[in-house]
Amino acid sequence: MWQPVARPFSLLLAVLALYLVGAFFVKNTYYQIILASIPIWASLATAWNIFSGYTGLISFGHSAFFAVGAYTVTLSLVYLGITPWIGLLLSLVVGGLSALVVGIPTFRLRGHYFALAMLAYPLSLMYVFEWLGFQEITIPINRDQPFKYMQFANPFGYTAVAVGLLAVCAAVSLFVERSRAGLILETIKQNEMAAQAAGINPLLWKTITLMLSGALAAAAGGAYVTVLLVTTPREVFGVFVSASALIFAMFGGIGSVWGPLIGAALLVPTGEFLHAELGHVIPGLQGIVYGAAIVIITRLMPEGIYWRLHDRFFGNAAKGQRIAAAPALAAGAEIKSEPATLKLQGISKAFGAVHVAQDITLDIARGSITGVVGPNGAGKTTIFNIVNGFVPADTGAIWIDDVRIDRLSAYRRAIAGLGRTFQVARVFERLTVGDNLVAGAVAKGRTVAEARELAARAAHIVGLAEVFYRPAGSLSAFHIRLIEIGRAIAGSPRVLLLDETLAGLSAAESDEVVKVLRRVRDIGVTLVIIEHTMSVMATLVDRMIVLDRGAVIADGPPQQVLGDRQVIAAYLGPKWANRA
Amino acid sequence: MQILENVLQLFVASVTIGCLYGLMCMGLSMIFGVMRIVNFAQGEFLMLGMYATFYISLAFAAPGLFGAWGPFIATILAAPFLFLASVVLYSGLLGDLTERRGMAENVRHSAQLIVTLGLSLILQNGALVAFGSLPQAAKTPLSNQAWIINLFDGDVMLFANQARVVAACVAIVMAVIMYLIVTHTALGRSVRAAADDPEAARYSGVNISFVYKITFGLGAAMTAVAGGLMASYFPFQPYVGAEFIIIMYAGVVLGGMGSMLGAFWGGLIIGVIQQMSTLVLPQQLQNATIFVIFLLILLLRPNGLLGRATERA
Repeated sequence: MWQPVARPFSLLLAVLALYLVGAFFVKNTYYQIILASIPIWASLATAWNIFSGYTGLISFGHSAFFAVGAYTVTLSLVYLGITPWIGLLLSLVVGGLSALVVGIPTFRLRGHYFALAMLAYPLSLMYVFEWLGFQEITIPINRDQPFKYMQFANPFGYTAVAVGLLAVCAAVSLFVERSRAGLILETIKQNEMAAQAAGINPLLWKTITLMLSGALAAAAGGAYVTVLLVTTPREVFGVFVSASALIFAMFGGIGSVWGPLIGAALLVPTGEFLHAELGHVIPGLQGIVYGAAIVIITRLMPEGIYWRLHDRFFGNAAKGQRIAAAPALAAGAEIKSEPATLKLQGISKAFGAVHVAQDITLDIARGSITGVVGPNGAGKTTIFNIVNGFVPADTGAIWIDDVRIDRLSAYRRAIAGLGRTFQVARVFERLTVGDNLVAGAVAKGRTVAEARELAARAAHIVGLAEVFYRPAGSLSAFHIRLIEIGRAIAGSPRVLLLDETLAGLSAAESDEVVKVLRRVRDIGVTLVIIEHTMSVMATLVDRMIVLDRGAVIADGPPQQVLGDRQVIAAYLGPKWANRA
Repeated sequence: MQILENVLQLFVASVTIGCLYGLMCMGLSMIFGVMRIVNFAQGEFLMLGMYATFYISLAFAAPGLFGAWGPFIATILAAPFLFLASVVLYSGLLGDLTERRGMAENVRHSAQLIVTLGLSLILQNGALVAFGSLPQAAKTPLSNQAWIINLFDGDVMLFANQARVVAACVAIVMAVIMYLIVTHTALGRSVRAAADDPEAARYSGVNISFVYKITFGLGAAMTAVAGGLMASYFPFQPYVGAEFIIIMYAGVVLGGMGSMLGAFWGGLIIGVIQQMSTLVLPQQLQNATIFVIFLLILLLRPNGLLGRATERA
């Protein structure tokens, strides 16, 4: 657990220690306050980045957590006499809980709506806090016990506390980034549906991440008031706080541990000094500088300074590669799986007046290869979506062996042994092939080491060993198909749904994929495949099911089905059926 | 009778302010509903409309032009300037982000959001530099005069502030004109086509880049006009936009993404709820009420009351 973070963390601690040593020799109170505020803002930006950087959901509402933390520390000191040392710990708890309360409803929203809802939380709380009469709370001065009440005569004390907080935030960020969690979040960020199909529960992971992020943001807010000694709702809940967190993290480099630190270290002092020098002439200068910084950085280097430097020194390819320094591939290692039956009982689904599935009852035999064919719009992919849990059925039941899965969410069905690939391939483009396969295996509570092992074996079965370390986005359509299959089998499914796996491939490539599919069947997976090319289907499948307008119109061995008049009528019209 | 009078009085005030919210929301609906840009700077366009009105009506006042109507005429005159300014801002900062093809939607959205956030900070603080932090208002003699409406044989007496009523009437006229432009002109047809499916519109020969520029400019100008109309009775300062940003989004989402008429009704309803909430809730919580309603709309009816059922993911 420690190993992947040990080196970057030591480097981080060294930088922070140097900062403290440097700060110790600064005697001017004004500069000392700036030196204390840089790590506080860096902590907030790091907290923001833990959520927004790693999940890809941009939050405009982190001032809510910051402010909740600020008020936790202030109110517990003013009304209960609790020292800020304890108050900071309390703020972690309160921040984490507020994130839970905010996250559960808000994660149902997509895209723009998520951003807008997050913006609304702090703004509504701001008015509530004003109404509650917390307009301006001053922390009582307690000069007798400066250390106990965190009221240091020498502002260096605040710097030390702030640097300590930053060390904690950066450590959490490192763990999130370099562990199994980081890979899981990356898959959710890149393709949430594919992550679910691999057995990952996006809601759970996003909620955990927001709670971590909210807790740390609240602690930053708590530290902020101990320095300023005054809290007003407009200052801590305001959009400017959320904007600052976002701007520092994005300016420095989103989705990296160092980015928020770089951003805060460059922008906070710039803003402060300009404000001090010119603030009396140009009052809003700090806001203009931050605004201009984020506009310019988004236009010129949208990923921020850190990634620009990183790409310059380490090249582009390594960016997606987090986990997959996989072990040497154990040649010939095998995956043995236990194939299952798949049973559909009276599945129906209608979108308005359109029946996309009409009373479908199927019993797919253990270890078989079943083809699903039908004209466009016959409801083939819809059936897969119903089986896999992306679309709820109106009626009916689904079993894998004797486990009923139709009431489970998509990721639970994946854990129950159901794998799938997608018609429009959904690989994680910015991960390496190896990481894609690891991502397919990492759910179901496996450790990274176990997942790597499974990934390496899957790579052998589908023939991806040679391109294991290449970024998935750089490969051809043929390899993308293989990655999809490999990712699915790395999760060791017992039933695998393949959606138009052969579409758009050349004859030679298609033959190759067919061989791979036979190999997959042989390790012990029941296959169901949607495909249009009848010649390939006739040789590959044991059984062929024909769908038309959501209903099964033919079912049997391929040769028999292909001669069926009803099938010809569905494809070519009744005229042709009469001539057949 | 006293209670009825209070309720009706508040209702009159809330409808007059609701019409301005409606116009603001129509403006935002062009940018958020049609172009799918979450524009953080929309509140700043409103603020710029207020200052433009203020300064132009000051210029009128010196030679004694237009008398009490000065601020309203100033607002209309300010609109073309704000239109041009926002077209320039869009072209310089947002155009290529919005129109570049093959960009992942979530990456595009984040980039747009962040650029407009930066723009909003620059405009807010730029305004602070240019105009100072002192609250202003573009007062006219109408601001202090009321029409009196007698109901129930004079038992109920309602006061309608003349500045508010005139502002609301101008807002309605502007809203109708904009609605007719969008529904009845070739330009409007292109705008609606681009809203439905930009790619298909492009293939049918619509100049998306041009249409987007115009749409953004009209959206910004409409919101600015609503701000200018409000300036005659609502004191403002450079940070005033933040107070209206959620109101505008709440109205647009309530009315349904992409529906101009829906946005107007959405804004009007939000205005009425905001003002009427003071009957049962403390004054300080009226904006909190709006935000809670906004969250509820988002969570329960994200397609709005009048919007189309499908939102492109």
